[in-house]
Amino acid sequence: MKIGTRLAAILFSVLIASVDYDEDKTQTPHLDVGKGGQCVEEPQAMRKIHMNLLKHQRDETMRKGIRGQKNSLAECVECHASNKTNSVLGSNEAFCQGCHTYAAVKLDCFECHSSKRNVTVEASK
Amino acid sequence: MNDVKLDPQTNLDRRDFLTKSSVGLAGLAIAPGMMLFDLAHGKAPGEPASNKVRWGMLIDNNQCETGCNDCVTACNTENGLSGGTKATDSQWIRKVQLKDMQTERISSLPMMCQHCEEPPCVDVCPTQASFKRADGIVLVDKHICIGCRYCMMACPYQARSFVHEVLTDQKTEVPRGKGTVESCTLCVHRVDKGETTACAEACSKAGHNAILFGDLNDPESAISKRIRTVASTQIRADLGLNTGVRYEGI
Repeated sequence: MKIGTRLAAILFSVLIASVDYDEDKTQTPHLDVGKGGQCVEEPQAMRKIHMNLLKHQRDETMRKGIRGQKNSLAECVECHASNKTNSVLGSNEAFCQGCHTYAAVKLDCFECHSSKRNVTVEASK
Repeated sequence: MNDVKLDPQTNLDRRDFLTKSSVGLAGLAIAPGMMLFDLAHGKAPGEPASNKVRWGMLIDNNQCETGCNDCVTACNTENGLSGGTKATDSQWIRKVQLKDMQTERISSLPMMCQHCEEPPCVDVCPTQASFKRADGIVLVDKHICIGCRYCMMACPYQARSFVHEVLTDQKTEVPRGKGTVESCTLCVHRVDKGETTACAEACSKAGHNAILFGDLNDPESAISKRIRTVASTQIRADLGLNTGVRYEGI
């Protein structure tokens, strides 16, 4: 075998291997989106900037007392808590936990905030 | 806006001008009055807390019954507190028993964050987590609280608690977490909806009506009318903190 062909073969196998590897890596988590529906922003934007929206609004609400804005954590939970467990945590399918585990990003919000859908509010509606 | 037009054709003398502009101002004065009325029924969504309002409470010690704990229970239920009274448990409001050693009169009163106008907890906070909202409610921003507990030491009323343990099942409207300091929020989530505090509600439900919640800045509010007519005191008034919570009959 000519050296050129051999090199091409090696290169090709390496490429195949790396494609395989990348495919494995880009498998997105299977998330339970809960109620889902129309989000406050486009999903792709939400994936990128939800933390900024939440941080901005948390200061507005906490410091200035502005309530009823659209980017509230409680509303995230309201729509995306699993219909089975009523929570955005609890398994790697759960909306918040699933993606954060996948992305290996620590999720601090729910150490203080409720991760459960507010059932009493639902019932009173 | 102002109904006085300064038309160059009109020859207004100084007295005339002042009279007319004061009429105009009186018209304006109705507008803030109406706004205060609206605020008393909750803020509109997106509206920030206003410094035209100062929330406060008046506690009538004569009506407060020794042994009754309804305000404490209501506070615990509302804010998702355990209700424990150990040194490491959070207590946002507690009943304090007083005894006059000369007359031996025993009375009790609820003690909680006094929502000072000049809060020492805010002064000492190294991260500005402890802050006073525009409407006079003193809060802890737990996002930036580092749990140093300086505020707990600075508070003359021992109103603040530190969360020592991991918490679960917090209320949606009352986030609480380990490693941060917390205290009475004057039921800020209810107040923003135009409701009264949980303790005041429980007290009137029990028939004591010892806790009166309202706007100290609105001269027409029930609390302002009452503190104008009845003698009331601030606890440790000597510190000059101008508390938002006042007591009568102590």
